Amino acid sequence: MLQLKDTGFSYGGRDILKDVNLDIAPGSFYFLTGPSGTGKTTLLRLCYQALMPTRGIVRILDRDVRGLEREDIAQIRRRIGVVHQDCKFVDHLTMADNIRMPLQVSGRSGELDNNSFDDLIAWVGLSAHMNAYPPELSSGERQRAALARAVVMSPDLILADEPTGNLDWIMAQKILTLLIELNKMGKTVILATHDLQLIRAAKSQITTRVLRIVDKNVQLAGADL
Amino acid sequence: MNKLRELMNSLINLLVGDIKADNVVPPSGYTAILTSFTAAAMAFLAVFAMALSLATGRLADRWSDELSRTTTVRISAPEGQMQAQLDAVRNVLDTTTGIASFRIMTDEEQRKLLEPWFGPDLPLENLPIPRLVEVVEDPNGPDMDGLRFRLSAEAPGAILDDHTRWRRPLVDAAKRLRLLGTISIILIAGSTAAMITLAALSALAANGQVISVLRLVGASDTYIARAFVRRFTLRALIGAAIGTAIAMVAIFFLPSAAAEGAFLTGLGFTGWHWLLPLLVPILAALVAFWATRTAAFRALDRIS
Repeated sequence: MLQLKDTGFSYGGRDILKDVNLDIAPGSFYFLTGPSGTGKTTLLRLCYQALMPTRGIVRILDRDVRGLEREDIAQIRRRIGVVHQDCKFVDHLTMADNIRMPLQVSGRSGELDNNSFDDLIAWVGLSAHMNAYPPELSSGERQRAALARAVVMSPDLILADEPTGNLDWIMAQKILTLLIELNKMGKTVILATHDLQLIRAAKSQITTRVLRIVDKNVQLAGADL
Repeated sequence: MNKLRELMNSLINLLVGDIKADNVVPPSGYTAILTSFTAAAMAFLAVFAMALSLATGRLADRWSDELSRTTTVRISAPEGQMQAQLDAVRNVLDTTTGIASFRIMTDEEQRKLLEPWFGPDLPLENLPIPRLVEVVEDPNGPDMDGLRFRLSAEAPGAILDDHTRWRRPLVDAAKRLRLLGTISIILIAGSTAAMITLAALSALAANGQVISVLRLVGASDTYIARAFVRRFTLRALIGAAIGTAIAMVAIFFLPSAAAEGAFLTGLGFTGWHWLLPLLVPILAALVAFWATRTAAFRALDRIS
């Protein structure tokens, strides 16, 4: 699914990540943790080609990202769902149009019928907000909408970067539950967070692995979490 | 060939359109009006430059074609010798190859020529006015030096004027004016491209968040660029169509060209030339398409 081999990324002459080796199997659930500023977001951005590695290899969905054209990157991103802490939307479009956008840009608008779309919206609990505009929604609603947008194309891999960072514990649990459900459907999930409580809550429900960024490298965390 | 095919596909996609994709770019109201207004003004100027270019072209062609095939023989002689000189000139012209026809201008015709300066009641018979002979050359034309030499020998009062002295600078001026008209059209097209490029870059910069969202969800650069390209192309097309229509109406109502009219009264379109301004909106749309597409892809390159 996702492989990093001796991967490094530096910016302005400073190493952010160094010699990262990682092999993520399909259908797995990984947490990525570490203090703020250690490179969690950078690692996720490398995974969806918002950044290119300055060293080493990144293979995503069996494609080596080196030498990929931007059209190829766009194709790969359609198979990856991304959720950010500060999830962005196109503010002049309704939530329904925003959530449908991945289908729209890939020319697959007709593939999801209204019933399936309504089911998706009900799943994230936003049925009453489909005609609302993004600025009208709360942080929790926006996160759930971002999750719906991320999975509307039924991607193979879901990358969530601190999706619960701005949310209260109840809302964070809701988001976690949705991600766990997706994982149970066979999706691979990588969730970056520094919220240990969230990790413990997930561990009680499914088998997860926790990756920790230490000294610009990624290590598999032990049972201390 | 592949580039051409790609461009054609882009144009077809552009015409077919995708309303949902267009909506991704937020409406920009005031900027849209300014873009259309500028396209209209540029089209208006382009149509006038085209009219100027065509009118001067016609003038240059007329002066160089028609006048180059006519020559005038001017005979000045004392009163008693005028007829003898006229006969001698007639004889020379009759026997010179390269001359299709010639005609001695009547007193009435000469009076008309002088009328703008001396009024209608000029007593021509009391004035020592030279007699004029209008000579029309055949396509090969006569040997001018030989003809001039024979006239000076057989009719010393006759002077051959082949109009070269004043025709050449007029033709040169008309040709230069036509060139300036063409350059003006090119400059207008360039200015339109520059203006639309700036407007497109401004729109792209103002929609950074939209672009980042589109990229995040897997939109290709072609998809993103198309949303901007279609919008600016349509604005340029509509603006230019309005500007062209206004300019054509304005030119249509210019004073009509009369035979004795000056240059300005001939500033307009004749016959099928009226179809040429219809190309202006199409060209404006093509310029806008190319300018926006280039600007969009360059901007998207930088954003990545």
